[in-house]
Amino acid sequence: MQAERRRIVLGLALAVTAFGLPLVAPNDYVIGVAARICLYATLALGLNVVVGFAGLLDIGYVAFFGIGSYLYAFLASPHFGLHLPFLLALPLVVLGTALFGILIGAPTLRLGGDYLAIVTLGFGEITYLLLLNLDRPVNITNGPSGIIDIDPPRLFGHAMTGNTSYYYLFLVVLGLALIAANRLQHSRIGWAWQAIREDELAARAMGINTTVAKLQAFAIGASFAGFAGALLASWQRSVFPENFLFTESINVLAMVIIGGMGSLAGVILGAVVIVALPEVFRELQAYRLLVFGLMLMVLMIFRPQGILVPRSRAAPAARDAAEAKQPG
Amino acid sequence: MDALGILPQQLVFGLALGAIYGLIALGYTMVYGILLMINFAHGELFMIGAYVGWGVLIWLINANFGGLHPAWVVPLMLLMAMSVSGILGMSLERFAYRPLYTRGATRLGPLISAVGASIFLQNAVMLTQGARMKVYMTGLLFPRSWYIQVAGVRISALVLVMVGVALLLMWLLNLLVQRTTLGRCMRAVAEDREVAAVMGVNVRRIIAITFLLGSALGGAAGVLVGLYYTQIDFFMGYSAGLKAFTAAVLGGIGNLKGAMLGGIVLGLIESLAVTFLNPAYRDVVAFVVLILVLVFRPTGLLGETVPQANKV
Repeated sequence: MQAERRRIVLGLALAVTAFGLPLVAPNDYVIGVAARICLYATLALGLNVVVGFAGLLDIGYVAFFGIGSYLYAFLASPHFGLHLPFLLALPLVVLGTALFGILIGAPTLRLGGDYLAIVTLGFGEITYLLLLNLDRPVNITNGPSGIIDIDPPRLFGHAMTGNTSYYYLFLVVLGLALIAANRLQHSRIGWAWQAIREDELAARAMGINTTVAKLQAFAIGASFAGFAGALLASWQRSVFPENFLFTESINVLAMVIIGGMGSLAGVILGAVVIVALPEVFRELQAYRLLVFGLMLMVLMIFRPQGILVPRSRAAPAARDAAEAKQPG
Repeated sequence: MDALGILPQQLVFGLALGAIYGLIALGYTMVYGILLMINFAHGELFMIGAYVGWGVLIWLINANFGGLHPAWVVPLMLLMAMSVSGILGMSLERFAYRPLYTRGATRLGPLISAVGASIFLQNAVMLTQGARMKVYMTGLLFPRSWYIQVAGVRISALVLVMVGVALLLMWLLNLLVQRTTLGRCMRAVAEDREVAAVMGVNVRRIIAITFLLGSALGGAAGVLVGLYYTQIDFFMGYSAGLKAFTAAVLGGIGNLKGAMLGGIVLGLIESLAVTFLNPAYRDVVAFVVLILVLVFRPTGLLGETVPQANKV
């Protein structure tokens, strides 16, 4: 009870800090970075559903982020001459991305472990290449020049401008995503995912329809990414294929892993670390990616289970380690 | 010329490129066979091999070949590149991966560590060598006039050397793995690490040697690609690594002959895609084939067992 109360107090303190941030932030740049953290944390929460909850290693996740961005760009820019209102385009994008999630998830259902990872990698690369090349023979994605002049979100009658308003929008979305992820984790389907993650055969023996559960994980994970993608497109006011390279998938995966897989607080922490670290090292200019790579290695060596280890995962990991130490 | 007219020529290019994919794929497949780990930094070792070969070439040209016969230049480049990449690969295993797998961490830990290593190596090369591409003076070693004509297809001396070196290295590796005690130890560790340890195999040493050999082959491939494309840059390991990895999976990951076969099949498929489709879709075709193979024959062309490690 004591621990529960402390967690609530801590959560509230963090929420108040997050809401107050723009008042104390020294400049617009810091608010921009904070907005990006919120956006990527939402994205990472979606990947956490697939990788952390259901144990399906997806290393092409950024494909859904890209599909969401482009769908929003199609629906709200001069590219096709469509200008759907933000609150109408958003659900359409989320629905569309979830459909892609099922479409890409379906052929991978029989595959386990690393083969699944490789197929998702293949889909990620194909998505990027299609975004890059589908300007001929029929211009769909506008190729390498991307889609520009995307409509900003209009909420309650006025268009959003400036990093501060986007920051609040992304913060609210992140809050909703957190609540959704938390509810999912402790729902019937959440337990089914975790059963599949620990032992697929046993899960099936207990009467879980693993096919449906896995497809649900893919669809729900993809819809988080679609949501985040639409937000990215409306914030940047433009989308380019280069926004959705394989390295982005790895970045998001790193957010999920370094915080402590399966733990929601860990995912947020991971997003803060991965987005903010290169910014902190910006003074080092050219060296920042070098340092980033080194940090990833060092972090994995000294905290292989992630910075925050969820309690349910700590025990089996320790057991595995003990087994590994036994002569044999 | 129409598509069918250039097809034989394209197939020759595809074969040459495929042999290189196979060479790089061996590094992925050897490490995967033993540790069930995707060494994402392998593409970077290939890239560093290309830079070392370039350095040796420039140094020799500046020294007017130092009295050496020009025929020694390529072997020297290969030797240096293989040594540097091999030792670097072994150090990666020692410092970035071993601390993880000996502690029984989750299988994702080494993957992220490898990604970190990949970013680190790419940027280290960019910072020390500059972001601009380097040019291989291939023309000095293999004049354009050196080629043979087979049934109307022109095969340059360079392509012959490339395929020859790749096949020779694959043959040597196969010999080592199949015929020597060291090779038997490697196969034993890949089969079952714990039982191999009980039988007296020094598992850590075998893993280190596997990294050494696989990385050295990657370094050699770097030199060959440098000679072939004549331009190298610090980012070249990314797409080559992705392709080679695809080749390894296509052939059946963990299987040495599969890696070679997968490389050549991938090279040929790409040359067909370039000939009959839009060249921009070359990579799309490669990945679609990969997905189809995995969905309908998840073990790859020559694979026998599916890794049953579902836990992330």
